[in-house]
Amino acid sequence: MDQLDKQLINLLQKGLPVCEQPFAQVAMELGSTENIVLARLQLMLDSGLLTRFGPMFDAACWGGDFTLAAMEVPEERFEEVNQIVNSFEQIAHNYQRTHRLNMWFVIGTETAEEIFEVIENIQQKTGLTVFNMPKEHEFFVGLYLPV
Amino acid sequence: MSSKKISPLERQYIVLTQQGLPLCAKPYHWLAEQLDISVEQTLAMTNDLKARGIIRRVAAVPNHYKLGYKFNGMTTWDVNDDQAMEFGEKVGQLPFVSHCYLRPRHLPQWNFNLFAMVHGRSESEIAQYQQQIKQLLSDVLQSHQGPTNDVLTSTRILKKTGLRLRVNSK
Repeated sequence: MDQLDKQLINLLQKGLPVCEQPFAQVAMELGSTENIVLARLQLMLDSGLLTRFGPMFDAACWGGDFTLAAMEVPEERFEEVNQIVNSFEQIAHNYQRTHRLNMWFVIGTETAEEIFEVIENIQQKTGLTVFNMPKEHEFFVGLYLPV
Repeated sequence: MSSKKISPLERQYIVLTQQGLPLCAKPYHWLAEQLDISVEQTLAMTNDLKARGIIRRVAAVPNHYKLGYKFNGMTTWDVNDDQAMEFGEKVGQLPFVSHCYLRPRHLPQWNFNLFAMVHGRSESEIAQYQQQIKQLLSDVLQSHQGPTNDVLTSTRILKKTGLRLRVNSK
């Protein structure tokens, strides 16, 4: 990664201008050319340094609803409960975390009521309590990792 | 939370671009063609979606692991309810915080109401960020019955399919 690559990663994480030729504008800002910028970005996509570029959507526009939920799963039941939870297609992410509440997952559904159905189903199938923690307020969302 | 209504054409826009735009000199020309509208209309639609907060920004998404950011922590805080909005705003503005939310407590099992996800290149960096947040919140931290704060690190990804708009639904 040279200086131009780093500048591109830092600049493009924050956002591209919305115009016909966004990369020409970026190139101008960095004192480069559109072709060079496109070639560098293609290399970074190919190597997996960048995963994609495009619009980042607020999941609320999906028209459905989503929430963060957590469970306290006994260690010896972890795999079994993991399989039950992951079997619901509405589970978008699921992480094991270092806390008594050791399983944390995001439930995304088409309707708000479906959230409660999924939670109720998981509770019935596992016999464990699901702690529902929907966001009450969003202060900030945006990942910026300078290089 | 689900108040951001979208038109059928906007839905099509999301389905076409949720995996990314093609990397080329004129990406909106490609999108305009797909949507069967003019480039001007496509750019106007993009700006409108941004203004409504449906598009947060048009940006590149790095693989943070490959950039050296191999560590993250979900820091959680028990903040006085009266000051949670004011201080949540401040925590959200810290450069190393990627997500910051207010969420409900579940006493006695869970006494934290403020969540801030932090990213770093080492475990010590995560600890240092936690300290910085702690300092910022020093006057408003409380303890319902547990500690005033915690940091939860992920030890394993159990599932990661992401939220995706289905092409055929609705």
